[in-house]
Amino acid sequence: MTTRIFGSGIRRREDPRLMTGQAAFTDDIKLLGLLHAAILRSPHAHAKINSIDTSAARAAPGVLAVYTGADTDGVLNPIPCAWLPPDSDIKAVPHPALAVDTVRYVGDGVAVVVAESRYQAEDALELITVDYGVLPSVINPKAAMDPGAPQLHEDAPNNQAFHWVVAGGDADAAFETAAGDPQNHVVVSENIIQQRLIPHAVETRSAIANWQSAMGELTLWSTSQNPHIVRFLCSLVTGVGEHKIRVIATDVGGGFGSKIPMYGDEMVTAFCSMQLRRPVKWTETRSEAYLATTHGRDHVQHVEMAATKDGKITALRVVVHAGMGAYLSTAGPGVPTILHGLMYSGPYDIPNIKGDVYGTFTNTTPVDACRGAGRPEATFLLERMIELLASELDIDPVEMRRRNLIQPFEDGHDVATGVTYDSGNYQGTLDLAMQQLDYPALRQEQAELRSHGQYIGVGVTTYCEICGLGPSQVAGAVGFGGGLWESAIVRFYATGKVNVFIGTSPHGQGEETTFAQIVSDELGVPVEDIEVIHGDTDLTPMGWGTYGSRTTVVGGGAVALSARKIKDKGKALAAHLLEAAEEDIEYEDGKFFVRGSPDQNKTIQDIALMANVAWNMPEGMEPGLEATTFYDPPNFSYPFGAHVAVVSVDPDNGHIVLQRYIAADDCGPQINPVIVEGQVHGGVVHGAGQALWEGVVYDDNGQLLTGSLLDYAVPRAHMVPDMEILSTVTPSPHNPLGVKGIGETGTIASTVTIYNAVLDALKPLGVTKLEMPLTSERVWRAIQQAKGA
Amino acid sequence: MYAPEFEYHRAATVAEAIQLLSSNEDAKLIAGGHSLLPLLKLRLARPSVLVDIGRISELKGITISDGTVRIGALTTHWEIASSHDLEHACGIMAEAAGGIGDTQVRNRGTIGGNVVHADPASDWPTVLTALGAKFNIQGAGGSTRTVEPGDFFVGPLTTTMGEQEVLTSIEAPTLGHHQRAEYAKMAHPASGFAVVGAAVVVTVEGDVCTAARIAVGGLVPVPVRMTSVETALVGKALNQENIAEAASHASNDLQGEILGDFFASAEYRKAMAEVEIRHALFHATEVSHH
Repeated sequence: MTTRIFGSGIRRREDPRLMTGQAAFTDDIKLLGLLHAAILRSPHAHAKINSIDTSAARAAPGVLAVYTGADTDGVLNPIPCAWLPPDSDIKAVPHPALAVDTVRYVGDGVAVVVAESRYQAEDALELITVDYGVLPSVINPKAAMDPGAPQLHEDAPNNQAFHWVVAGGDADAAFETAAGDPQNHVVVSENIIQQRLIPHAVETRSAIANWQSAMGELTLWSTSQNPHIVRFLCSLVTGVGEHKIRVIATDVGGGFGSKIPMYGDEMVTAFCSMQLRRPVKWTETRSEAYLATTHGRDHVQHVEMAATKDGKITALRVVVHAGMGAYLSTAGPGVPTILHGLMYSGPYDIPNIKGDVYGTFTNTTPVDACRGAGRPEATFLLERMIELLASELDIDPVEMRRRNLIQPFEDGHDVATGVTYDSGNYQGTLDLAMQQLDYPALRQEQAELRSHGQYIGVGVTTYCEICGLGPSQVAGAVGFGGGLWESAIVRFYATGKVNVFIGTSPHGQGEETTFAQIVSDELGVPVEDIEVIHGDTDLTPMGWGTYGSRTTVVGGGAVALSARKIKDKGKALAAHLLEAAEEDIEYEDGKFFVRGSPDQNKTIQDIALMANVAWNMPEGMEPGLEATTFYDPPNFSYPFGAHVAVVSVDPDNGHIVLQRYIAADDCGPQINPVIVEGQVHGGVVHGAGQALWEGVVYDDNGQLLTGSLLDYAVPRAHMVPDMEILSTVTPSPHNPLGVKGIGETGTIASTVTIYNAVLDALKPLGVTKLEMPLTSERVWRAIQQAKGA
Repeated sequence: MYAPEFEYHRAATVAEAIQLLSSNEDAKLIAGGHSLLPLLKLRLARPSVLVDIGRISELKGITISDGTVRIGALTTHWEIASSHDLEHACGIMAEAAGGIGDTQVRNRGTIGGNVVHADPASDWPTVLTALGAKFNIQGAGGSTRTVEPGDFFVGPLTTTMGEQEVLTSIEAPTLGHHQRAEYAKMAHPASGFAVVGAAVVVTVEGDVCTAARIAVGGLVPVPVRMTSVETALVGKALNQENIAEAASHASNDLQGEILGDFFASAEYRKAMAEVEIRHALFHATEVSHH
């Protein structure tokens, strides 16, 4: 047998078109008679709209129409939130597509101009005058619940969007025990700020709506991670039947979570097309994207951890205030709850856990998933607290982790938060990473450098995360407003070529390659003969989209199962054609043959031809060679790993250099190790961004100060070292391929790994705490203050 | 990110450009466009007329003769960074150019456009101040004048250029055998602009510093000469102790306005001026940092 295609690092098949400018992004699409929309956005974080005068804009050259919230109100239904965690008293406040009488964040849509050209639309926007009555605003997610804080929504007293609780064991009792027995216990506590991030997809959002009034059909090109969900929600918002809506996500230039939500802007674009009966395009400018596309993180956390003196963790207690922004975004409430609180045990045995998560409304851009989505925030607090415990107990931080890691398991491990991990060998990845690092040598080097006034630090993280979302029954139980299964059609043509139609919607993760590898591996068809089709709801079967590192785990499962159905049918047809009993037919490498006489065979291509022409089918067998699978996974997947960062800090100016980064991850069997490595690279850099450079700054009036790439530092290639990428393989027992997601692990682990490394470097200088991002000035000031103290 | 409407003229010569500036009240020159286009797209600048000088060949190129480097105003940062002749004649210029923005910015942005934009965070004003460069300016009726950086930069985005003048070239002395020059900057992680930049030009005979010109930028509205540091340095051996001692005088020369923002406060930047001067001098004299 030649090298197996499953596990082979072939080049990404989508790259040539992406790298040569031949990809078709939404904004590239031009339709006859296309009109252009531009949206006027609120310059105030909180204000009453007293009046809007659009008369001058209406009269401007090229303008066809100007609409305000008064026009869309009642025609478009509110933008729904689709993740309402149960038992959380959630306030699904109305979210109009265009503000009706109140604006609640800088960037809230106020009016739309439709013109023959985008320039004309932009010129006309300047002619709209809005009389605002400015109201006080609140920005901080914790301060939002303070008495007397400005109130955003009538239906949400104290700006509380929800209060969600996770509890297992008896954390309060465990803390009482610890407090009552200080001889044998220790308790550490910390306030942690998970700063707000901007996901920064390279392609900004864009939509083209084409309403064909004669047919009553709406085609919507939309930069989405989940076009089928867009179709579903678009139907709810516009009232057009789901069967009359076609959503097309063509090439999508990244999302990082920001292209999960349903936004008002796309629905306003649809509204314009339906009103004017012409196709309308709206493409977000980069400046607009900073204000109008969802942000991520934004937690204020208070965390306590208790342990015995020998370093065994007994309890974790967390109170989180999670900023939701001005409205609940589509998946927003699920992020700091289900995707966060359920992972409070991480890879550790923690018998007693309690988490209180308060979602709060603030006068800011709505918050939703941002790569990692809830899990980086959980990993950070765990790893930070373990570091503090280690320091308090004077136990080596790596040893501290070893004392608490869950022992290896192959099929199921329950943790206190109520979830069941699939499989894990946390010691395995930790051993691998530490071997790569040569930990004792590094500690020795560190001590030597310190004696010369030079400071390096090392951070070691062990993590596990929840992804591969997920069983639909659980989706229902946790308030997710949809299913989480996937479907795939594998279709053979008479020529032996194959189309794979998938419900997921990759936008940079490489599944056009890896899914072809799955089919090729299962059926022996060359990868070149397989084309993966996604993104168009009229072509592809239902799917819930690409997020939560679920595409390969769930969607790939559906592809593999469809391929296996093809194999079964092929076997039956081959038996018929070879005049043998089906149980005597064997399959290998794309050939069906009679056991013992491999010369008597039919290739998969022979079978495809015969099935498609159907000249000689066994009785009762349908023509065609095609299979559809609806795959609902029995559990989530829980990838894990150990990450190590080595940093240097210059005490003169506070400058941090990331010197080494080791990622030892386990995502089960790897379909394409080069793509896995690419996902780890991107993920780690994204997380490094949060630790070192990225962070949203609003002023007290809710004006975004980091509103451009001049001010908001997205990491560049030269800022990160060559990474040392390692892996182990622990298959998940829960899906046909045994795979676990890898798209977010890097981000989940790297932020706190780097943070802990910096704090380790600064330890001899007396610095114990820093706010992220770790800018040079923050580090320098902390050193100065520690010196002064 | 859509510019307001403007009229566009392409000038074939400097004289034509000046004529177009004279005949249109709020006309603006455009060269590489790297400063102006963002302002247009944000609708912060609204000139009615753009005069494109980007194809005037007399404004391009690097010539080195008689101890002088002459760089046409339209020469791109990339051309400066990749000039071998310049690297030998005045290496600090090639080095500074190579640290501006990213490849795309260096390919389009010009030294003249950068200088006349007078952004306090850009690198050229500081480097050219330390070098004692001269700016050659052409005005109406073919008049020309030459200005030194100290008489050119007035404040953020403000120079002494007249509305009908064009910067044609920049001249700097080539560095002599005993001269060393370095530019050290703390770059903003987002933009690459200088939070603090320090340029040093020192003459070293034996191991003694016999002359020094030092300027800092990024933290001040216009580049500031570090005369106290220069004085402290001259006559001293360029060793670690003397460099550190001299750099510690930086605050004496920073008595005017210091810029600050949420990324880097004025207090921090002021402290960093000393650090960057030290870094530049260490590099210039190849004294190890530690």
